[in-house]
Amino acid sequence: MIANKETIMMLAAQGKRLDTRKLTDYRQPIVIETNISWTAEGSAKVQIGNTTVMAGVKLSIEKPYNDTSDQGGIMINAELLPLSSEEYEPGPPGIKAIELARVIDRGIREAKAIDLHALCITPGEKAWFVIIDIITINDAGNLFDVAGLAAMAALKAARFPVVNEETGSIDYKNRTDKPIPLTKEPISVTVYKVNGALMIDPTVEEENSYEARLTIASDNDGTISAMQKGGKMPLTVEEVGQMIDLALERSSFLREELNHQLKN
Amino acid sequence: MVYRKRFDGRTDEELRPMEVKANVIPNAAGSASFKIGKTWAIAAVYGPRELYPKFLQDPKKGLLRCHYNMLPFSGSGERMRPGTSRRGQEIAMVMTKALEPVVDLSAFPNAVVDVFVELPQTDAGTRCAAISAASIALAEAGIPMKDMVSAVAVGKVDNKIVADLDYMEEHVDEFNPESKGQPVSDIPIAVIHNTKELTLLQMDGEISKDDLLSALRLGQKAIEQIYQLQKKALKERFVKE
Repeated sequence: MIANKETIMMLAAQGKRLDTRKLTDYRQPIVIETNISWTAEGSAKVQIGNTTVMAGVKLSIEKPYNDTSDQGGIMINAELLPLSSEEYEPGPPGIKAIELARVIDRGIREAKAIDLHALCITPGEKAWFVIIDIITINDAGNLFDVAGLAAMAALKAARFPVVNEETGSIDYKNRTDKPIPLTKEPISVTVYKVNGALMIDPTVEEENSYEARLTIASDNDGTISAMQKGGKMPLTVEEVGQMIDLALERSSFLREELNHQLKN
Repeated sequence: MVYRKRFDGRTDEELRPMEVKANVIPNAAGSASFKIGKTWAIAAVYGPRELYPKFLQDPKKGLLRCHYNMLPFSGSGERMRPGTSRRGQEIAMVMTKALEPVVDLSAFPNAVVDVFVELPQTDAGTRCAAISAASIALAEAGIPMKDMVSAVAVGKVDNKIVADLDYMEEHVDEFNPESKGQPVSDIPIAVIHNTKELTLLQMDGEISKDDLLSALRLGQKAIEQIYQLQKKALKERFVKE
C-alpha cells in the first residue's frame, strides 16, 4: 500500500482513509484486558487496531509533600520501548514519551479522578502514592488515546496491598480487595486535523500527515479536564469547538467499551 | 531429606505451565511471547539494519545485540526504577552469547540484528525465559539459524535436584523453616537442541561436582519440553500462510 502524505491528505479532504474507515471511527479490534501482571497492584493491556499498550500501577507509602500534607500523590511515567517500533531507541525517555506521560497525567490529575485525600494515612507523615507506568508494545499510531485508556483500566483494576500493622511495611505479595478511590473516569480522545478534515485514531502514516492535533480529556458528564494542542499549524476557535464536540462524543464510546469489557 | 515435595507439587524435572506464541508484535521482524509459570518474557527482533555508531560495524558479518529489561511493575516488591541496570546489562550480554552460536549473520555485513526482551511480570527464571523467547523471535524473523536454543534453570533445592526453580525455591529457607541454612544452587542453562551443547551456564549457591553434572543432565532432558513448544509456536505461525 502506498501510504504517502499526499494520498492521505487528498483522501481526508474527501472524508476517506486508506484503510476504508470513516474519519471518526476507531480501529478494531478494541481489546481491554486487566490483571495481566501479577506483580503490579493493577495492570492492563489495551489494543486498538494494531496499537498495543500496557499500563502497570504500583503503590507505595511515602511522606506527603509539604504543601499537600494531607494528601497522597500520583506519578505517571511513559516509555516508548524499542521493542514496539523501529523508530524508538534504548535510553532515557525522549520528548515524545515525556509529552505522552504528562498529557495523561494532567487528564487524570486535573479531573481529580483519584481522591488524593483518601490516600492519606497520617497527615504530614504517611500517604499512599500511585505510580502508573505506561509502556508501548506495538506502536501503530494514536498512543495518546490507547495509553490513556490503559492507564484508566489499570487504575480501575488496582487493589491495595496488605500493610503489616506492626512494622508498617507493605506486603506486596498479598492484596486486599480495596480499590483505588476513583471519583471520575477521564478518557482522552485526540482529534487530528488532516487537510482541513477532522480525524480520529490515526495510523502511524496518518500521524505523519497532520497539521494539528488536540488531545481532550473529559469525564462522564462532559467536563474537560485537560487539553494539549500539537502539530505545526494553528487552530481557530471554531475548529477547537468542533474538535471538542467530536472528542466528547467519541469519549463516551471509549468509556462504554472500557466499562463493558471490564465487567466481563 | 527436608525438601521432599516441591511447593507446587511438580515432579523434579517438570517445568511450570507454559504459554508460547510467535508473532505478537506486528512492527517487529519477528517476535514471541514466552510465559512459564508467572514469569513472562516478550521478545522482538528488528533488523538486519544498519549499525550505528559506525565503528561498531564489522565488514565480515552482522552483529547480534540483545537487550533485556524488567518493566517497572514486574518485580515482586516495590516499583523498580526504569533504565539500565548493571544486572540488565550483564544478562543482555550472556543472552547474546547464548544465541550467537546458532545464528549466522555472515550475509549481513555492517548490519545489526537487535533483540529486545521486556518482562511484564517475573517469578524467577527471567534470563532463561528471555533466551527461549528470543530464539523464537529470531527464527520468526527469518534470521539464518542452524538450530534453536532453549533455556531453563536447574539447581539443587535442599537435597533435591530440580528443573525450573521458581522464586519460592530460590529462597527455600524463607518459605520452608526446616530448610534453614541449607544451600540452594541456581544454574541457568541454555541448550542447542540437536547437539545438546550448553551456550549459557551460570551458577550461584553451593553444589558438589557430581550434583552439578546430574543437574545439567536433568536440564538437558527437561528442556525438551520448551523446545517442543517453541517449535509448535513457529509452526502455528507459518502453517496458516
